Amino acid sequence: MNIIINGTTYEVEKNTTILQACKNAGIDIPTLCHDERLKPTSACRLCLVEVEGTKNLVTSCSTMVKENMVVHTHNEKVMKTRRDVLNLAISNHPLECLSCDKSGDCKLQDYCYEYGILNGTYKGAMRTPKIDSSNPFYDYDARKCILCGLCVRVCDELQCSNAIGFEDRGFEANVSTPFNEGLINSKCVSCGNCVSVCPVGALTPKGQKFRHWETSKVRTTCSYCGVGCQMDLVVKGKKIVDVEPAMDAINNGLLCVKGKFAYKFINHPDRLKTPLIKRNGKFEEATWDEAYRYITKKATEIKENYGPNSFAGLTSARCTNEENYLFQKLFRAVIGTNNIDHCARL
Amino acid sequence: MTNSIEEILNTDAMFVIGSNTTENHPIIGSTMKQAIKNGAKLIVADPRKIELADYADVFLQLKPGTNIALLNGMMNVILEKGLQNKEYIEERCENFEELKEIIKEYTPERVAEICGVNTEDIIKAACIYAEADKAGIYYTMGITQHTTGTAGVMSVSNLALLCGNVGKESSGVNPLRGQNNVQGACDMGGLPADLPGYQKVFKPEVIEKFEKAWNAKLSSKVGMTIPEIFNGAHDGSIKFLYIMGENPMVSDPDINHVKKSLENVDFLVVQDIFMTETSAFADVILPAASFAEKDGTFSNTERRIQRVRKAINPVGDSKPDWQILMELMNFLGYKKTYSNPSEIMDEIASVTPSYGGIDYERIENVGIQWPCLDKNHPGTKYLHKTAIARGRGLFMPAEYTESAEIPDKNYPYVFTTGRILYHYHTRTMTGRVDGINQIAPSSYVEINETTANRLGIENGDRVKLTSRRGQIETTAKITEIIDDDVLFMPFHFADGAANYLTNSAADPIAKIAELKVAAVKIEKVN
Repeated sequence: MNIIINGTTYEVEKNTTILQACKNAGIDIPTLCHDERLKPTSACRLCLVEVEGTKNLVTSCSTMVKENMVVHTHNEKVMKTRRDVLNLAISNHPLECLSCDKSGDCKLQDYCYEYGILNGTYKGAMRTPKIDSSNPFYDYDARKCILCGLCVRVCDELQCSNAIGFEDRGFEANVSTPFNEGLINSKCVSCGNCVSVCPVGALTPKGQKFRHWETSKVRTTCSYCGVGCQMDLVVKGKKIVDVEPAMDAINNGLLCVKGKFAYKFINHPDRLKTPLIKRNGKFEEATWDEAYRYITKKATEIKENYGPNSFAGLTSARCTNEENYLFQKLFRAVIGTNNIDHCARL
Repeated sequence: MTNSIEEILNTDAMFVIGSNTTENHPIIGSTMKQAIKNGAKLIVADPRKIELADYADVFLQLKPGTNIALLNGMMNVILEKGLQNKEYIEERCENFEELKEIIKEYTPERVAEICGVNTEDIIKAACIYAEADKAGIYYTMGITQHTTGTAGVMSVSNLALLCGNVGKESSGVNPLRGQNNVQGACDMGGLPADLPGYQKVFKPEVIEKFEKAWNAKLSSKVGMTIPEIFNGAHDGSIKFLYIMGENPMVSDPDINHVKKSLENVDFLVVQDIFMTETSAFADVILPAASFAEKDGTFSNTERRIQRVRKAINPVGDSKPDWQILMELMNFLGYKKTYSNPSEIMDEIASVTPSYGGIDYERIENVGIQWPCLDKNHPGTKYLHKTAIARGRGLFMPAEYTESAEIPDKNYPYVFTTGRILYHYHTRTMTGRVDGINQIAPSSYVEINETTANRLGIENGDRVKLTSRRGQIETTAKITEIIDDDVLFMPFHFADGAANYLTNSAADPIAKIAELKVAAVKIEKVN
């Protein structure tokens, strides 16, 4: 079917939302509560557009296109309403961008900048100050929550843990666990998928201290279970400081507690940093050259005295394909034995 | 997996047996729960009332070690009711008569007795599985870690073939691999009888091919499996042992035996990212780079070869494992160098038919699922599509036999082990993450409330567990999810390590140890 967006005619598929049609046409519509993986809830009202012939502006995330629909995405009426929506949101939001971990990666901050909102003009009551810091990996700060519902929906529709939901109404409304007993006492499995979708600084990983503009991201495969989730390692200098799930992969933007939060072993001070050779029952630091020469000397002696089948090697399900290939090649082609196995049975 | 993870979303029925999916493959667990929202039915069979049991249409809390009886019982019901896929069996399978012969003895009444479940639940489970258009079976070590592990897998395969669930989308036989690259380690020939791509060392044409490719003389003698290697180290026939990224002092059965073996070996090289319980026995420790510090690929449980990318430089003087192995090969006189892991993958592709079309350029954005035979091959979403790979699907019926060690007067409880959500294998990595240790700090044993009351054990009490092989102390965790004659322990923890108790008796074919069933006694520590 055909629809007209901002004066241009586009051909679109049936059962497409206006938001999707605009995205396909390269028109950027602001959203705070939208996630392509989740059912639309029209909570944030930021994606409003004008459809000719309708009385009120409509939420583009939940309105389906119709034949010959005429849509305006950025006219003055729409822009003014969006500014009002942002004004309402920021009026009830602590302006702590200087200290907020999310600064630089916050959609509310970005849109306020884009729409020229300097501060909130609706003075008066503010959100109830409630903080749930019971989970060891992340905190919930209700003051910063914009009630977009992404966390609740991802926990329900995708993670399917249903650990959190909305509690109370109006200024008291916040995201909570049953009977307000705290995240650590709930069904929460610390997957952090709520943290990954939070558009503001309401849900943030604990103990992070970096600015998003100081970091770079590297796409890789999780090193834990065999699902092979794709994720971005967030790098600052020589350290991994955060992990974000990849959207366009088998894990569909999800991770578990290990993938999301158990990365701090990488830069842990206990890491082995130099080869060690045991002398008189104690490990002593050695150079690579010394270690290789020592292994070569022993391997040569043992091979001469006992033959290649006195060697055995355990390769590793934690290492890469390339490394496993070289390990078995070392044993088969260089040492001359098939005594190679690994923990596939454990 | 014969099939793909995303196919779970469109399945009609899932049969999860011996897999605590939401804890051990969390993203697949969530995908299963999404499938239930889409209308899929769920059958769960497990000795513990795991999270998925809450979502199940039928939950069978079977006794550890009775999988084969249950699977045979379900097949008995299917055959009695005529629910099997007759056309599929006729066209694509063989040995059906032998299957029928063995299965007919496994009436649901008899199986209910063996497994400790209800007859009606066996019938219901069989009907759900057989009546679904697309039904997938998902299993892990609950099927395999038995002295009858191979027969257990065959029985899973029998059930799938019986209902025509192999070679079709959203169905299949789906072992969920436990570790990031255990699939790849197998694919790459990290097995005593297999060169890369499961090409057998005892086939002369295979040896000839690799001798030419590698320019080296190769042995055609099948090598030793891990239990045989430790036995060899123990009796002195293995002199030189090289362990890369493994920690058998926590992960392997009968740790006392492992310890003696490691002490006895002449020369032990351990290559790892941390000091471990195993590296303490080493003569040389080589510091390896972590996954964040190197390039390469992992192959996941659905056979997808995906990129691993270097994000930071190796810490200290550590080196990527591939570089260490290459340099050591050079020291040992084999002069072959690679400047980048992509060159190793090109060599892998040249000798491994199922990886034949893989190169880094092709998997830059999205990984490819093997078999991928050449550069134009798109990869394979699910296996056995047009025909079963071996020609016809072979029914391999098996009789149920008891586990190697069953409870008796002295050791009255069935002891079973597994993993938990918060830790990975031997905690080398997760044990160094504060939040993880806050939630899951130490070893524990799950015990039923009735049993605990009878023994005067309260939640949090220290208890002593003893098997014929060893003794440990741990903390009692009272729970309703386990039967009153069964005890469960996660094996992750070195302190109070479950594997001091486990039985190293192994499956005769796969040589997998019976980690899921041992006999133990439990006492309160005063």
